Amino acid sequence: MCRIGAIKSLNYVHPCQALKLMQSQQKGHDNSGFAMVMHDLGGIFEAYKDMPTLSMACTDEGVKIAEDILHEAGFQRVMQWVPETSDQPGLDIIAMPNYVFETFDYPRQYRNADQKAKEDLLVDMRLILRKALEKDELGFVYSFWPDVITLKEIGDPRDIGTYFNLWEPDKNFTARVITAQCRQNTNYDIVRYAAHPFFLQGYTALANGENTFYLKNVEFQRKLHRGYIGFESDSQCFLYSLHYVHHELGWPLSYFKHVITPLPFEDIEHREDKEQLLAIRQSLAHLEINGPNTIIGVLPDNTMFTCCDAKKLRPVVVGRTEDTVVISSEVCGINEILPDRDWETDIYPHEREVVAIDNNLEVQRWRQ
Amino acid sequence: METMRVQNVTPNDLPWKIKYDASRCTLCGSCVAACSFRAIEAKVERRRMVFSEGDFPEPKQRFSAVPVIRQVKNIKNYCRGCGICEKVCPNDAIGPERNPDTRHPIITRCLGGDSIKRGGRKNLESATRTLDKIRVGRISQMTDPSLDAQRHTFDLLAPFGRIMPPKKLPLGVGPEGLLQTEANMPPVRWIYPVIIGDMSIGALSWRMWEAVAMATAYLNEECGLPVRMCSGEGGVPVRLLKSRYLKYMILQIASGHFGWNRIIKAMPHMVEDPAGILIKIGQGAKPGDGGLLMAQKVAEHIQAIRGVPKADLLSPPNHQGLYSIEESVQKMFLSFNAAFKFRVPVAIKVAASATSVSVFNNLVRDPYNIVGGFFLDGIDGGTGAAHEVSLDHTGHPIVSKLRDCYLAAVAQGRQGQIPLWAAGGLGKTGDLAADAFKMIALGANGVFTGKLILQMAGCVGNDQGRCNACNTGLCPVGITTQEGPLVHRLDPEKVAQNIVNYFLAMDTEFKKLMAPIGNSSLPVGRSDALVSTDQSVADKLQLQYVC
Ligand code: SF4
Ligand code: SF4
Repeated sequence: MCRIGAIKSLNYVHPCQALKLMQSQQKGHDNSGFAMVMHDLGGIFEAYKDMPTLSMACTDEGVKIAEDILHEAGFQRVMQWVPETSDQPGLDIIAMPNYVFETFDYPRQYRNADQKAKEDLLVDMRLILRKALEKDELGFVYSFWPDVITLKEIGDPRDIGTYFNLWEPDKNFTARVITAQCRQNTNYDIVRYAAHPFFLQGYTALANGENTFYLKNVEFQRKLHRGYIGFESDSQCFLYSLHYVHHELGWPLSYFKHVITPLPFEDIEHREDKEQLLAIRQSLAHLEINGPNTIIGVLPDNTMFTCCDAKKLRPVVVGRTEDTVVISSEVCGINEILPDRDWETDIYPHEREVVAIDNNLEVQRWRQ
Repeated sequence: METMRVQNVTPNDLPWKIKYDASRCTLCGSCVAACSFRAIEAKVERRRMVFSEGDFPEPKQRFSAVPVIRQVKNIKNYCRGCGICEKVCPNDAIGPERNPDTRHPIITRCLGGDSIKRGGRKNLESATRTLDKIRVGRISQMTDPSLDAQRHTFDLLAPFGRIMPPKKLPLGVGPEGLLQTEANMPPVRWIYPVIIGDMSIGALSWRMWEAVAMATAYLNEECGLPVRMCSGEGGVPVRLLKSRYLKYMILQIASGHFGWNRIIKAMPHMVEDPAGILIKIGQGAKPGDGGLLMAQKVAEHIQAIRGVPKADLLSPPNHQGLYSIEESVQKMFLSFNAAFKFRVPVAIKVAASATSVSVFNNLVRDPYNIVGGFFLDGIDGGTGAAHEVSLDHTGHPIVSKLRDCYLAAVAQGRQGQIPLWAAGGLGKTGDLAADAFKMIALGANGVFTGKLILQMAGCVGNDQGRCNACNTGLCPVGITTQEGPLVHRLDPEKVAQNIVNYFLAMDTEFKKLMAPIGNSSLPVGRSDALVSTDQSVADKLQLQYVC
């Protein structure tokens, strides 16, 4: 089984917190990988919040190909950070030769372009890079987006932490939002892309569960957006549905829940917004999910949320202090990094609610 | 001795032979009275009896005239194997026996000079049905626990009506972050995924039709199952049109337009909208053929409802005046949509055919979003009357065709926009829940069924040529006849009860299929839940092959 966790704080947090959050739950996952997405970056990235950062793991050849493509397209590198790795013998990690975190300035013709044009460009570039590096596994392009960094690796999370020196907090590599997960996708082939969290155009999603409407979701999503690709994991569908509802349709986040776990017809019948709910249920029937699931998501504005499937068969808890909110599959993870919090304020979301945390750490509970 | 006449029809030329045991027969006459086909008659036989009266054997013979029951030997009143005689005989003295040496298909054509007509279903038995080579093979356990059929709630509903592509939904975000409707949307009804198929009030006896309507109302009002019944071509009794029960009826219009003048006249008096309109283009059991109601069945009330004299009523094979799919969309659909002020979904029913996918593609791409359902009818369905050659030899099986249509929709990202409803021999083995569930997992939103409803009512026909006399107006159990005495054999309340009970059983069985795959709403298109034990079926339907 899978465990997921997320931290959102008013202060910049080092990924060692995410490692600790997940490490305490290690009995519940199989220690087969570590993956995280960081939003709202601090440290050396803080000065570049408006410029896209490329997160990628690749071979030497892969680095060259990717950089050539980006330069060709007019992107100019403004910053590069290569994590120092300590390749000690005996570490359980199947590392790629290079980990690249490079920040670029937009091509000249895009500097004054509107937000949408820029967003489209970034997605297209990432898709081009991904495709170019696919052959012979020259590299894996996880994200190319302003203020976002992604790291995914196969191996024991503890050793991955050691390899990247992530156990030691420092001020250079931090973020206000970190989502993390410690398991490779064991249902399907082990591929780096299959590890949550998944990222697209500012949206991040990760899930603990099994989406038995996977096939229905995939068959529908393939045609909805060029960025809905891969599908290496059934949980990718959550990201794409989130992106579709919030970004493509432009609906408020609360409707994501109505799409993935629509209310039973009996309940809809008695609602004032019956007409809208039915229309959603009809037109987006193939985005409904089924099976036990808990989802954590992050929106482009760094709002973080969690919700469950309608029969609530996977656990999740939200714990908080003045300056930090943590979402975790198991409460022991929260105990580890927020030991002094008032645990009586912990929230155990139910099957019909969305718990959302805004940038002031205000926690909202929306009932579906 | 008479010259032998080889051409004379004898029981051995007919599909069924009567087995009669004179020693058990008390000559009560029940069988002769009960046989609606007049296939048996009382006759007198000359019998020779040898006897001896003295102390020593002294054989003598005596001739006497003995009354017996005999099979009628002609191609008009031939035995259909319905078994009613056997049912009514108090002494087990009589019953039909299948005759494997029958020459019926040949002699009937030779003597009649006309094509053979009958009702019922296809009688060319094929091997195991495709659906029986498919299993629900993805069982939820461990990480994805199965549900509990008794404890959990399930959403067993299917859409009827045109569904908008998500980006075309006229929804805008209101001031409080709530979605608001900014324009009209096509009407969609969420109904039970099994529609009681279109059987007309002329094809069925008034008692049978009423029984079905009664069962439908009961299922809705007392059992909470929103089951809909389709009227079939030929209209609806005015009383029903003006009643609130109209909301459970899908009104059908077919190429003969029978009954529509009455429906239109009743429109100003309707207190409820009908559940939908179904435009019938074709029928799976006799594709390319229009409806056929023999004069024998055109009783007075049928004449009134349809507004016709007593005559053979033939619907043309085509809707006259429709030359293209676009035209059918624009002309018929728009006029019906307009007639009910766009409040009632309008769907189309076609016979499954090698070309179904193109028809479906045309409809699903129509920019007006008005076709509210694609009813696809396969070869194994039944009919009130048709030419035998059509029944047995034309048509297309439903399973792969439905799947093809669904996958065509998937390829365009339009799945679900025109709900797919499938029929044609579903529930043939008596188990409709399983068949329907498999069809749903293959991509159907729901199914419709007609023949099985007759079976529930007590139809004795089957796919091996038993009875299948629905065209004659002599249905021995009062289902497809307008003859008073025959109709009275049918107890409508009992029929309604059977239908209701069957639906309740089926509802439980649906849940028993949903629970193990762990789904609480219908798994439309979830072909990953199915496996096939037949490689070619698996390949064709894109399922996992298992052995
Ligand atoms: S089986 Fe039916 S048709 Fe044949 S003799 Fe008996 S009652 Fe008549
Ligand atoms: S019993 Fe009636 S409905 Fe059934 S096959 Fe015979 S004639 Fe048709």
